[in-house]
Amino acid sequence: MANTASDQAFVAFERVQKSYDGETLVVKDLNLSMPRGEFLTMLGPSGSGKTTCLMMLAGFETATHGDIRLDGVSINNIPPHKRGIGMVFQNYALFPHMTVAENLSFPLEVRKIGKAEREEKVMRALGMVQMQDFAGRRPAQLSGGQQQRIALSRALVFEPELVLMDEPLGALDKQLRETLQFEITKLAHELGITTVYVTHDQTEALTMSDRVAVFDDGRIQQLDPPDTLYEEPQNSFVAQFIGENNTLMGKVTKISGDRCEVTLDSGDIIDAKPVNVSEVGQRTRVSIRPERVEMDKTRLLPDVHSLKAEVLEFIYMGDIFRTRLRVAGNEDFVIKTRNAPDQVRLTPGTQIDIGWLPQDCRALDA
Amino acid sequence: MSEAMMAADGTPLKRSLARALRRQKLRALGLIAPLLVFVVITFIVPIGSMLFRSVENDIVSNTLPMTVQSLARWDASSGALPDEAVYEAMYFDMFLAAEAKRHTRLGTRLNYEQTGLSSLFRQSGRALDDIGKETQRPLEKLNKAWKDGETWHMLFNATSSADTNAALLSAQRARIARLTDTPANQEVNFAPSTAATALLPKTGRAYTAWAVYVATQDGRDPATRDPWEAVATALALDLKTVDVSGYSGPGAELLVEAQSADLPVPALSAAFADMDEDWATDVPWKTIQTHSGIYTSGYFLNAVDAQKTPDGVAWQPDDKQILQKLFGRTIWMSLMITFSCIALGYPIAWLLANLPMRKANLLLILVLLPFWTSLLVRTSAWKVMLQQQGVINDVLVWIGLVDDANRLIMINNQFGTIVAMTHILLPFMILPMYSVMQTIPPSYLRAAKSLGATNWTAFWRVYFPQSVPGIGAGSILVFILAIGYYITPEIVGGTKGVFISNRIAYHISSSLNWGLAAALGSILLAAVLVLYWAYDKIVGIDNVKLG
Ligand SMILES: Nc1ncnc2c1ncn2[C@@H]1O[C@H](COP(=O)(O)OP(=O)(O)OP(=O)(O)O)[C@@H](O)[C@H]1O
Ligand SMILES: [Mg+2]
Repeated sequence: MANTASDQAFVAFERVQKSYDGETLVVKDLNLSMPRGEFLTMLGPSGSGKTTCLMMLAGFETATHGDIRLDGVSINNIPPHKRGIGMVFQNYALFPHMTVAENLSFPLEVRKIGKAEREEKVMRALGMVQMQDFAGRRPAQLSGGQQQRIALSRALVFEPELVLMDEPLGALDKQLRETLQFEITKLAHELGITTVYVTHDQTEALTMSDRVAVFDDGRIQQLDPPDTLYEEPQNSFVAQFIGENNTLMGKVTKISGDRCEVTLDSGDIIDAKPVNVSEVGQRTRVSIRPERVEMDKTRLLPDVHSLKAEVLEFIYMGDIFRTRLRVAGNEDFVIKTRNAPDQVRLTPGTQIDIGWLPQDCRALDA
Repeated sequence: MSEAMMAADGTPLKRSLARALRRQKLRALGLIAPLLVFVVITFIVPIGSMLFRSVENDIVSNTLPMTVQSLARWDASSGALPDEAVYEAMYFDMFLAAEAKRHTRLGTRLNYEQTGLSSLFRQSGRALDDIGKETQRPLEKLNKAWKDGETWHMLFNATSSADTNAALLSAQRARIARLTDTPANQEVNFAPSTAATALLPKTGRAYTAWAVYVATQDGRDPATRDPWEAVATALALDLKTVDVSGYSGPGAELLVEAQSADLPVPALSAAFADMDEDWATDVPWKTIQTHSGIYTSGYFLNAVDAQKTPDGVAWQPDDKQILQKLFGRTIWMSLMITFSCIALGYPIAWLLANLPMRKANLLLILVLLPFWTSLLVRTSAWKVMLQQQGVINDVLVWIGLVDDANRLIMINNQFGTIVAMTHILLPFMILPMYSVMQTIPPSYLRAAKSLGATNWTAFWRVYFPQSVPGIGAGSILVFILAIGYYITPEIVGGTKGVFISNRIAYHISSSLNWGLAAALGSILLAAVLVLYWAYDKIVGIDNVKLG
């Protein structure tokens, strides 16, 4: 899973560093390469350097060290307006003194495209987001979702090959976000544009992207397709950050191939898959997804350990049941079960046995 | 459910709501009352009274009430002089005005319209006594009793309250009050007799006017004082036209004796022509007639280099036309100052809005620093800088750019005024621009650049249009301040760089033509209001942000 720049990479960051104040590195050693047409999301907690990376790519910040290449050409010294990168801002940045149509024709005008062609392209771009009827309005006369659509079509109207979006849906409500998420991915794939998308929202990242880059502390912690990211987190940060997770602390007591035995701090023994541990005696944080915990002994392998658990709370959530357990001293151990007709509803105080497939339980760094 | 809603205590809801709101409003009014009173007293009242002065013209009819009345019948275009009755009215009016020392004021007023009238009135006021003396002397020679004030008093004082001519007395009181601008309702030891004043109307009027005047203005008792010569003249005139033989009131025998003596009567038109030959032309009469109204457009016409003539409105002679030019210059220079302020202020405002906090604050202090220095000091500093032996010329000569013999003239002209006023008004431009620019997020510029615009295009098409409200607000502020600026043009403007406001100041403090000053000020005010209105129509005053 090395992110080294390959020759056919469309966008490539090579050993990029960035410091604003000369004292701390906001971006530390960033390596990333994207093929043409990929939808890549940068996901990470606030202050992890996502916007900074985007700004370096767009040309509004210069990298302190390293090389950024676009289609094989180093763009470090190319000013932003010559990079031909479309950009969607979080606050939309629609020009308030221009109508929607004028906003869209602005990038075409500065490219000296003729009037007739300009109008045609503007209408086509508005058509892509179903906003033809709003051409004559001012941005202030549009709702947030409509403004975002216009911002999107403005970023696409001059047919850039690369589009950057910095939390474009951050200010919208949930339902609107979902519609627009769908529209954005659909457009990106239809038009074959390469997209770098920044978000806080992991659901958004998982549903939209071809690959997700999880940022933390100025580094990419993991860069993988959504399913790999969810099911095979490479370290405990990613495991915690993506989706819900149960963690237990312990020490590796046995390793053999892709299976290991971990003795928890409570003394219980469990089976796990070694990911970030290599030798016996290492402290580890094991991580298991709530929906992969099994209560039905018959569905477990015969040779795996099981754990005793006490039900603390049962929450009915409609499509699923969420049960909170005390497991090996951890009172925040959660399991999720599907709301099926034969599913038991556990009452608090019940003692049960739980277990899991060893490959679902990942022994990560402590 | 058509019944009115009731409040908890049973009163209709509407009424109790209105009462609650009224109490709130009263309290709010109470809070702003001091300011309201202050604004009314110090702002609205002075401005109102100033505006009023620009049309007020009652000085003519207050000083020459009878003349104005009888002159109204005169046809100025006939080419003939007014008839004897007008001269007569003029004589009595002028006599009273001269006694009250008001004729020179009227002369000054009329001189604005027609040069020469000021000295004409001043001289005539002095010479008027001589006309009266010519009738007074023969009368007193005829009978010593005429020398005695008590004789006159006895002749005209009412014998009973039924005999009192109250209308004449109050008319003369009002006339004196208007003439002297002081109330004339004090006790007068005299009541005109209806019988006597009906017999001798001119004398009665002249005597009553005199009596009221000495009693109310000088505080003397008319019963013991000798009346003015004009009263004797009036008597002589009356005796020529009425028959006193049937009269039986007090002093009837004196009147009969005087009438039979056939006293000489001055021909007043000839007497006036004697005093000054200008009275034998229609010039003063035309001027008085044209400007006899209580209200006049004359000051406003003067303010735009026109004047009111008997034949309608006409331009002033060329050599007196300066105000239009001055208005034009004021507006032109104010525009220059406004544009200079925009050009110099825009980059600074931009820096202020875009520099990091600490540097921006420092810069802001530098911008505000001039506010903490006296205006006079700043203006004088420019004098030091710009004069021919000043700092800038010295430096230029020292560098060799300018020959010592041809030092640049940068002061006491328009250049000096524009430079100094641009400097002084600059903060008023920068601050509104700054506050608008502060609200323009930097992401717009980034968006424009990401869309392919060069720095310049991004600025010009995206940033600049959004900063226009700031420019508008600053321009209005600077232009309005500039158009009425006084002290700086006065100090550095010389003769070529002064503004209309300097002219207004001149008329207020030197020429004392307050009417013209008020008209000029009103025009200035109107110009500013029109500008404001136009700006509101074009840009919208809601778009103006001052902070
Ligand atoms: N112009 C700047 N000058 C100095 N420091 C900056 C600047 N912009 C960002 N930083 C710092 O760099 C770090 C990364 O910022 P960045 O905006 O890239 O974070 P982010 O991942 O986009 O966060 P968020 O999700 O909150 O937008 C932060 O610690 C921030 O304080
Ligand atoms: Mg960000």
